[in-house]
Formats: sequence, structure tokens, C-alpha cells
Amino acid sequence: MTRVLSRTGLLLGLPVVLLVTWWFASAGSKSFYQPPLETIIKVFPDTWTGARFKSDVFPSLIRLFIGYSLAVLLGITLGVLIGANRRLRALVEPLLEFLRAIPPPVLVPILILIAGIGNPTKVLVIVIGGVWPVLLNTVEGVRGVDEVLSDTCRSYRIGGWLRLRTFILRAASPQIVVGARQALSISIIMMVIGELLGATNGLGYTVVEFQRGFQIPEMWSGVFVLGLLGVLLSLAFTLVERRVLNWYHGARAAERSGH
Amino acid sequence: MLEIKSLRKTYGGQGRTVEALRDITLTVEDGQFVCVVGPSGCGKTTLLRCLGGLLTPTSGEVKVAGQTVTGPPDGLAIVFQEYGRSLFPWLRVAENIELPLKSKGIGRAERRKLVDESLSAVGLGDAGKAYPWQLSGGMQQRVAIARAIAFQPKVMLMDEPFAAVDAQTRADLEDLVRTVWQRFGMTMLFVTHDIDEAVYLGQRVVVLSASPTSVLENLDIDLSDERDQLKTRSEARFVELRTHVYARIQEAKGVAAR
Ligand SMILES: Nc1ncnc2c1ncn2[C@@H]1O[C@H](COP(=O)(O)OP(=O)(O)O)[C@@H](O)[C@H]1O
Ligand SMILES: [Mg+2]
Repeated sequence: MTRVLSRTGLLLGLPVVLLVTWWFASAGSKSFYQPPLETIIKVFPDTWTGARFKSDVFPSLIRLFIGYSLAVLLGITLGVLIGANRRLRALVEPLLEFLRAIPPPVLVPILILIAGIGNPTKVLVIVIGGVWPVLLNTVEGVRGVDEVLSDTCRSYRIGGWLRLRTFILRAASPQIVVGARQALSISIIMMVIGELLGATNGLGYTVVEFQRGFQIPEMWSGVFVLGLLGVLLSLAFTLVERRVLNWYHGARAAERSGH
Repeated sequence: MLEIKSLRKTYGGQGRTVEALRDITLTVEDGQFVCVVGPSGCGKTTLLRCLGGLLTPTSGEVKVAGQTVTGPPDGLAIVFQEYGRSLFPWLRVAENIELPLKSKGIGRAERRKLVDESLSAVGLGDAGKAYPWQLSGGMQQRVAIARAIAFQPKVMLMDEPFAAVDAQTRADLEDLVRTVWQRFGMTMLFVTHDIDEAVYLGQRVVVLSASPTSVLENLDIDLSDERDQLKTRSEARFVELRTHVYARIQEAKGVAAR
């Protein structure tokens, strides 16, 4: 119990200190562009609950969810194919290096040209940004599977879907999770970028609209929403990771204690 | 029956070739317990991998139950030397044992029965829910043996399975392997670098030379079937046999050095 408390304390300590500092430093600020924190917090509920949640937050979340899921699925599928096949790997690795080096945001205008400015494009923007870390980490994970376990599978004739599910994917899961975590933060960034260009709704769009309409406290509150979204998703990710990689952390701890 | 005829295996690659096995001829009758003993690096693992269909021989022939080995043969199980790496760390002990049975297409109820039986056969009746990394090295190797037993193999290959456990555990595991063999009656090929272990366990001991590897001797072990760590190892015949094997290996070294 005390451990949980002290961990929560550590987690929240610095943010609370920063917010309190901001609160007092900005109190009574007359600057138009840096309103007092009090004002920002005051406009927060009215700005983000009710109609705007449905018209802007919700669509963003749906696009993020679909785009991120597709990125992870696609990354794992391609990663397993490439990682398990030495010839294919030799063939596509230079191409992957090249594609990875392109900053995904510059692809957004091209995508808009090709696919228009609808929802599919915004989802595609997220997929294109998020797929790389998953793909490359999966390739590494699949390449690095233990040879003795591999022999064990062959010897006991564990093959096909059973082998993929209980051996390859599980063995690569620590690396896949690393990739998926990177992809999550990239996906949020790509979600916003996709909504800055030619959008009619969404979180990114709304923040820019507020800025253009000189609704500065509302704009700041939008930044808060994005920050909170990132923190909440990262927490959810940690919970999932604990379940999926329970064995990994246990085995690592056992190794360290000199089994 | 296992038949190995003039088996040769050369590892190639990047300019350097290693002749792991030069000329191995060896037969193991059904239900026999044969130990293969040889120094480290003489190609024992290579031999087992050729038998298990995990490696293609450079020349010669390997047959299991009359069939030439081209891939992992039916009804053959291997217990690997690296017990820590041959169990799936993300599966519980019972799931590890169950997995090969699943791929064999055995039904759920039968699987559960086999898992329970094999776990109690190795003295780990209540460890099914643990993860492998929660167990000691000796217990992990027991799990690997249980997995092989549950597979109901006709042939069991063991690659220096106890090289990395402490002496006391090792003695227990040796007796366990004898018990398992007597109870289930499979053909057993047990590889070790330890001369005493080979003589203690086997009905027959095949002595390999150091590299370039060939069979030095095929020795019948005429000890009684009931073996006991204390009594058997102090029997005059046991001492005689182990001394003989030791002398053969030394002799071969002398010839090679000359
Ligand atoms: N995959 C491989 N590639 C090249 N050389 C190998 C390979 N595996 C084993 N060797 C070599 O073959 C010889 C026999 O190895 P191994 O069968 O592991 O011996 P043992 O099990 O008796 O210790 C050694 O010299 C080893 O270095
Ligand atoms: Mg070996």
C-alpha cells in the first residue's frame, strides 16, 4: 500500500509542482497570449464536454484507434514475413532503410493529393507514421528467436499457426512491444498533423481554429487535452504490457538473481 | 532401431570447414540403452542432430525404424543440453509439456492425462502451474524429460542433459533416466562426456575419438540391470569398465599426438 502511494507520489510529483508554479506565475497575467492558468482551467469543461466532444474529440479518437491498430497489425504481419525469411530480408532491407528515413509528415501532402482529405487519408497518415517502429522491431524480434527453441519446435513438429502463435510471436513480443510503444506516440503526433491540413473536425483542427479565432485560453486547453490523451494512452499501454510481458520480466529477474 | 552407416559431417562456410564427424557406424536395437561418450567438441551434438533430422549429413546414412532420416522422424524426442533454452519461458510447465501433444492432434482430456502422468513420472507432480524460470536447473531438465515422455516416443535422444547441474542433482537425474527407460521401454541414446556416467547408465557404451571423430570402441556393459549410485559405482566390474574406457581414450590421444 505504501509502495503504491509512494509510486503515485513520484508519478504525480513533478507535474503537480509545475502546475502550481505555472498557476502562481501566471496569476493576474494581462498578456493576451499567456492567460492565467486559472482562466484556461475555467474554460476547459465548457470547451471540451458536450457537443465538441462528439464533433471533434470522438472522431479524433476513432481515427487514432483505427490508424494505430492498422499500423500495429500491418507492422507485425510484414515484420514476421520479413524477419522469418532471410532472402526476402536481404531484398527489402535497403528499401526499408530508405523509407524509414523519410519523415512521415512530408508524405501528408502527397497522400492528400492522391487520396483526398477524407477520413481514410487521416487514418492512412497515422498508419504511415506508426508502422515503421512496429515493423522494424518485429523483424529484429523474429530474427533473434532462440535456436534451441527453434530446434525444439522442429523436433516436436510444432508448425504452422501453432508455431507462429506460441513460438514466433511470443518470442518476439518484447521487441514488438517496444515498437508498439514508439508507434503510439508517433500515432498521436500523426493524428494531429493529419488534422492540421484540410480537416473540418478533430482535436488538431479545433486547436488551430481557436488560435485563428484568438480564443487563446481555449487553445491552451486543447493542448491540455492532447497531453492528457497521451498520458492516459501510455498508462493503458503499460497495463497491457504488464500482462503480455509478465513472463519476460519474471525470467529476466530470475536470470539476474543468478539462476 | 537406429542405424548409422559411415556418417560424415563437415560444416562448411566462409572458407573454414570443420570436419565434425569423420566416420561413424553404429546400430542401436529397439529398447536398448546406449551411451555415447566422447570429449567436448568431438561431434556428439552433431551426431544427435543428424539422428534427429535437424541436420543433413555430408555423406553416409542415418535410419530410424528402417526409414532414412530426411527430417525429424516420427516418434523421436530430443532432450537438449541447454535446458534453460529449450523450454518456452512464456508457457507454464504444464503448457510446455502439452504443446507437442497439441501439434500431434491429441484431444484435450488425453493431453491432460499425459501431462499429469509425465510430471509425476519425473517427480514434479505439483509444478504444472509454475513457469520454467521459477524452477532450479535440475527441475527444468526434469520438465524437459517429462515433455519428452509425454510425447510417447519410441526413441529418446539425450544430449549431455546433466552437464550443467550439481553432482547431487545429477545423480538423482541419472537414476530418473534409468527408471523412465525401464518403465516406458523406449530406445535410449544418451550422449555424455563423462565416462563414469556413460558406464553407469548404459547397456552399451560407444566410445568416440577426439576429432577427426570415429568410433573407438563398442563396449557391452555387463553390470546388473538394477543400478545403484553407491553399490554399482564401487563394484569391481564397474571400475574395470570405466578404467578400460578411460585407457582407450588416452591411448587414442597418444596415437593422435604422434
Ligand atoms: N553450426 C556449426 N558450424 C560450424 N562448426 C560447427 C557447428 N556446430 C558445431 N561445429 C563444430 O563441430 C565440432 C563438433 O561440435 P559438437 O557436435 O557441438 O561437439 P560436442 O557436442 O561433442 O561438444 C566442433 O569443432 C564445433 O566447433
Ligand atoms: Mg554438445
